[in-house]
Amino acid sequence: MSETTQGALQIKNLRKMFGTFCAVDDISLDIQKGEFLTLLGPSGSGKTTLLMMIAGFLDISAGDIALDGTSISNTPPEKRNFGMVFQGYALFPHMSVRDNIGYALSVRKTPKADINKRVDEMLDLVQLQDFADRKPGQLSGGQQQRVALARALCFAPPVLLLDEPLGALDKKLRVEVQEQLKDIHKRVGTTFIYVTHDQEEALSMSDRVVIMRDGAVEQVGTPKELYERPQSEFAASFLGKSNFLRTSDGTHALRPEKIDLAPTGTGKTTPRMSGTIRSVTYFGSMQRIMVDTQAAGELEVDIDSWRNPEPFVEGQAVDLMWEDHAVVRLERTES
Amino acid sequence: MNILWLSVSDPEPGLGNYANLFESEALPRIIWTTVRICIITTLLSVSLGYCLAYAMVHAYRKEQNMMLTFLLVSFWISILVRTFSWLMLLGRKGLVNEWLDAIGIISEPIAFMRNELGVLIGMVHYMVPYAVLPLLVNMQTLDQRVMSASRNLGATGAQTFFRIYLPMTKPGIVASVLLVFILSLGFYVTPAVLGGGKVLMVAEYISVQLLITLKWGIAAMLAALMLFGVLVMLWVMNRFMKLSTVFGGATS
Ligand SMILES: Nc1ncnc2c1ncn2[C@@H]1O[C@H](COP(=O)(O)OP(=O)(O)OP(=O)(O)O)[C@@H](O)[C@H]1O
Ligand SMILES: [Mg+2]
Repeated sequence: MSETTQGALQIKNLRKMFGTFCAVDDISLDIQKGEFLTLLGPSGSGKTTLLMMIAGFLDISAGDIALDGTSISNTPPEKRNFGMVFQGYALFPHMSVRDNIGYALSVRKTPKADINKRVDEMLDLVQLQDFADRKPGQLSGGQQQRVALARALCFAPPVLLLDEPLGALDKKLRVEVQEQLKDIHKRVGTTFIYVTHDQEEALSMSDRVVIMRDGAVEQVGTPKELYERPQSEFAASFLGKSNFLRTSDGTHALRPEKIDLAPTGTGKTTPRMSGTIRSVTYFGSMQRIMVDTQAAGELEVDIDSWRNPEPFVEGQAVDLMWEDHAVVRLERTES
Repeated sequence: MNILWLSVSDPEPGLGNYANLFESEALPRIIWTTVRICIITTLLSVSLGYCLAYAMVHAYRKEQNMMLTFLLVSFWISILVRTFSWLMLLGRKGLVNEWLDAIGIISEPIAFMRNELGVLIGMVHYMVPYAVLPLLVNMQTLDQRVMSASRNLGATGAQTFFRIYLPMTKPGIVASVLLVFILSLGFYVTPAVLGGGKVLMVAEYISVQLLITLKWGIAAMLAALMLFGVLVMLWVMNRFMKLSTVFGGATS
């Protein structure tokens, strides 16, 4: 079910200067209607700045933003009709949950009955029917997060902007709310632009991920593309972990879980390298083994625990094996 | 407690002093004048203070510091200096009347002083800084993202102000109103000077009873009454503050 027909967003050569500091540097993105796009990057990489420009709270220094082909660069925030879930939720503390959710309709002078009907739908969507008359201060973090979501979706915006909406929740609740969010995204068909610096969140939820670095786009792609074909050391190490092999024809990324390990001479395939184990860390389902090699220095190897009932020990001599396609040559090397 | 005792024992034991409240003609009028002037002063000071505090919170950092300095300096200037300054400015032969006369707008000096208007001008001027402080503290702790959220949801600037900003500054307004009102009740110098003895207020009346007519019982009775009024208002303030923590919980 799609609630709007709009929602394709075109961002062209967008730039934001704070004085002489460039917080967003020449970003271009084409966002599809109904897409779940994640902006992923370390702190200070310009994610919030980009989102605030899309929402209209920050002037743009150069470039253009267009919704379904029409430029909105000069439209004030209250006229853009984009939903937004703020970092920290920014609920109205003096209003009940019901009034919070209905606010967007009530400032549009929608008739009371229609507001009530729509708010009930929203309360259903986020499963907060029993909390309609509470104040935000009387809700848990996860519940407040859902109120913020319902409030932003109530007027069926074509685009929903979310700035680290799960940042304040603990790990277990996060996973739960992630699933609810994905589910809601599917049901409303709104374009979601989602900011996070949690790579797992980015991988598991998004249609596409934009990796940002120092205000610029490092790489864009589906989670699988980014994980399997990173173009730079930064992309490879920010999304997942990676070893880097430096050879005469450039730098190559090699994911730790794609390396197989066997005591010297016992491997089933030809060893690529040999080395000695420096440390073994046990994580339950897998073990992280650091191996010192002659050829490439220290390499990280992740081994599924079930595959090696006989545990590896520190100081053991081992062979390292991997498939040809496990090694990805990076298109860009660090300057 | 001495005051309470005095109010029922001087000049003779009994509630005679309190009966005066209803019997005498002057007392109810004085009390009414006091309450009226205090209410108007409070309304004006808090409204002005609200605008000032708003401007201060939303100014750039440099201007903000400058305005705060001005505000604090105004606390140090003695009330006598300020009151007499007004007299020089707005008196019958004050600067304003001279100017207006010189330009030819008026032929008779306007009576700014020695009446309620004069008292009001002086009191509002004195009270505004007090009104600003609680509002300033309140406004500074507000989360600006809440206002952004309101606009993002389609509200105009005016809607955001009246439906979000104003209710969220309610604790500050209540504190400011009570502070100014209680301070104005005890006001004494300004009404005496700018009212020119014509606008009699309770605090001044008390001192007259004490120092000139020596009717200590009546003075004590009025003081007790004011004390009681202030206590009632503090109780109200306390209620409001507790309420505010109930719905202020989410902003932190
Ligand atoms: N109003 C401002 N004035 C000057 N510099 C700013 C301003 N807002 C942000 N910046 C700078 O722009 C850069 C990007 O900030 P931004 O808030 O977009 O980062 P972010 O990616 O959202 O980080 P985080 O993950 O910590 O939220 C930072 O270096 C920040 O210091
Ligand atoms: Mg941010």
